[in-house]
Amino acid sequence: MPKTVAGTGAPLPLANVDTDVIMPKRFLRTITREGLADGVLADLRFDEAGVRHPEFVLNKDAWMNASIWIVGDNFGCGSSREHAVWGLRQLGIDAVIGTSFAGIFYDNARKNGLVLPMISAEERDALVRMTEVSGDVVITVNIRQRLISAGDLTIGFEMDDATRRALLDDRDDTLDTLKLMDEILAYENRLSGKQWVRVMK
Amino acid sequence: MPRTLYDKLVDAHKVCDLPDGDILVYVDLHIMNEYTSPQAFSALEAKGLGVRRPDAQLCVIDHVNATRARRAADAPSQILIENLEANRKKHDLAYFGLGDPRQGIEHVVVPEQGLAQPGMLIACGDSHTTTYGAFGALGFGIGTSEVEHILATQTLRYKRLKTILVQVDGELAPGVTAKDIIMKVVNVIGAGGANGYAVEFAGSAISSLDMAGRMTICNMAVELGGRAALMAPDTMTLAHCRDRPHSDSLNFDGETWVSDPGADFDKVLEIDANEIAPLVSWGVSPDQSAPVDGAVPTDTDMTTPKAKAGLARALDYMGLEAGQKITDIGIDSAFIGSCTNGRIEDLRSAARVLSGRKVAEGVSAIIVPGSTLTRVMAEEEGLDRIFIEAGFDWRPESGCSMCLAMNDDVAMDGERVASSTNRNFEGRQGRGARTHLMSPAMVAAAAVTGRITDVRDFED
Repeated sequence: MPKTVAGTGAPLPLANVDTDVIMPKRFLRTITREGLADGVLADLRFDEAGVRHPEFVLNKDAWMNASIWIVGDNFGCGSSREHAVWGLRQLGIDAVIGTSFAGIFYDNARKNGLVLPMISAEERDALVRMTEVSGDVVITVNIRQRLISAGDLTIGFEMDDATRRALLDDRDDTLDTLKLMDEILAYENRLSGKQWVRVMK
Repeated sequence: MPRTLYDKLVDAHKVCDLPDGDILVYVDLHIMNEYTSPQAFSALEAKGLGVRRPDAQLCVIDHVNATRARRAADAPSQILIENLEANRKKHDLAYFGLGDPRQGIEHVVVPEQGLAQPGMLIACGDSHTTTYGAFGALGFGIGTSEVEHILATQTLRYKRLKTILVQVDGELAPGVTAKDIIMKVVNVIGAGGANGYAVEFAGSAISSLDMAGRMTICNMAVELGGRAALMAPDTMTLAHCRDRPHSDSLNFDGETWVSDPGADFDKVLEIDANEIAPLVSWGVSPDQSAPVDGAVPTDTDMTTPKAKAGLARALDYMGLEAGQKITDIGIDSAFIGSCTNGRIEDLRSAARVLSGRKVAEGVSAIIVPGSTLTRVMAEEEGLDRIFIEAGFDWRPESGCSMCLAMNDDVAMDGERVASSTNRNFEGRQGRGARTHLMSPAMVAAAAVTGRITDVRDFED
């Protein structure tokens, strides 16, 4: 992944946007990861006939192509469904900037290259105001330096080292962990038989 | 140095340190359902990998099956079920499918089988995996990429959490339940207030709860953002773990699975159990709740412009007026079930309210036992007769059902549901559906009167 992601920003300051809202359940009955872009915020973006709600920010010309969202507190709460993150990536969203994210959503984002910088409420509100005024505000998120720049604002953001490293290196966690098999075997050798689950078939 | 229960569980499962502060932890038990596992199995296949520990996996069908009859809710659901069936066959994994007497909601069937025991680490592609904290086990939800990671390695890359101690002392008044304790805690801490934390619950009001009540609390700890919930196991925990199919084969002892005296928590919150009234959610987030004898908040209760906007939006979606008395809210339907409140103890408490009473005219009432074993036990106790005579639709099959409405139990646009479940998000129980969270006894009381009702008025 590049050291920075950049694009225009859209304001979505609602608090507690949960993964049921980000990816409604009717899109979950699938065995693939594909075709989820239309599901993102579907009940906010579209009416039941699939017609766009013209007043919703992401349906207005100025913000329709935004690739960075500025969001309310506790974004991504609720269900563990990774479909929410897959859909965001398929919609072309590269970063979601907020004050706090639910833990499972945060980890899912890391696995899929979705950047989640955390900033203070005041800084977030400043970005919301800036992007509300214009859909042309280009926001740059520098992952290596943990810095957001937008207009004349420069904001340092919080991101734990392991997430930052995973985003920068774009590695496959599963294959990486398999290289630690000696450690895993050593751990397993320390377990007693009573600490070895055998689920009855 | 004194350690918390959380620290002990993480330490006991640490395989090794990873660069940049993460650790690799070992997963004792991994549970999979039909909707968050398919892409994990296909990723495994694409990478040419197998399942490292087939014996430590359990596959359960619960999210997309119908509950009126033993079948998938529809054709796409059938594909999900067949996908898990094929994957478990291919990898030779334990499977509680439709028709299996052990089938039911993941977090109900695992404790029934004695598969949740003190000292374990349990992961599942479902956020309510925090339930196992009731046993002194570290349980947490994961995404599909992490499901793949466990299948291939039996481990997870893990970031150590901060800790909160929630101390609940005192005695619950009659009619007040574990559900009201956790709804109170969510109300006080706020949705997301515990993001990045493991939450340990302690105090006399917790230790006097039965195991079902403890599971209800740990289950909903995720609604405050807790990535793990914990309770110290006691004699009741150990008694619950005895005489179950896996009792004799497991023993994760080796530690005292309690927080050491003087162990340091990052935050402490004290709640007085005596002060808790039955709670009802009025909004679209689980922290938007009020005592049943209270009212929907007004603009002046909200201190910030953002909170005012949140209130306005919630009231608009919910079709409520600011300041409206909670007991003046009429309901269209009642739902009892879910991994939060679908256990036999929950059914008994609802049945006590319904015994000799009838569901109000015009209210549709559904009860979905949390597992097949729960249903069988309830029928042996005659609870099904009480529900059916009261006018409830007693469902013969178990699953998540209308808690998240992924099957065909879907509330209609504008339908107002008194629900024993865990989330009142917009659209959760159906597009436009209006959910009011409350305890199962409160749902039963609301079903009888046709409006939200203080169950304490029903106490003899």
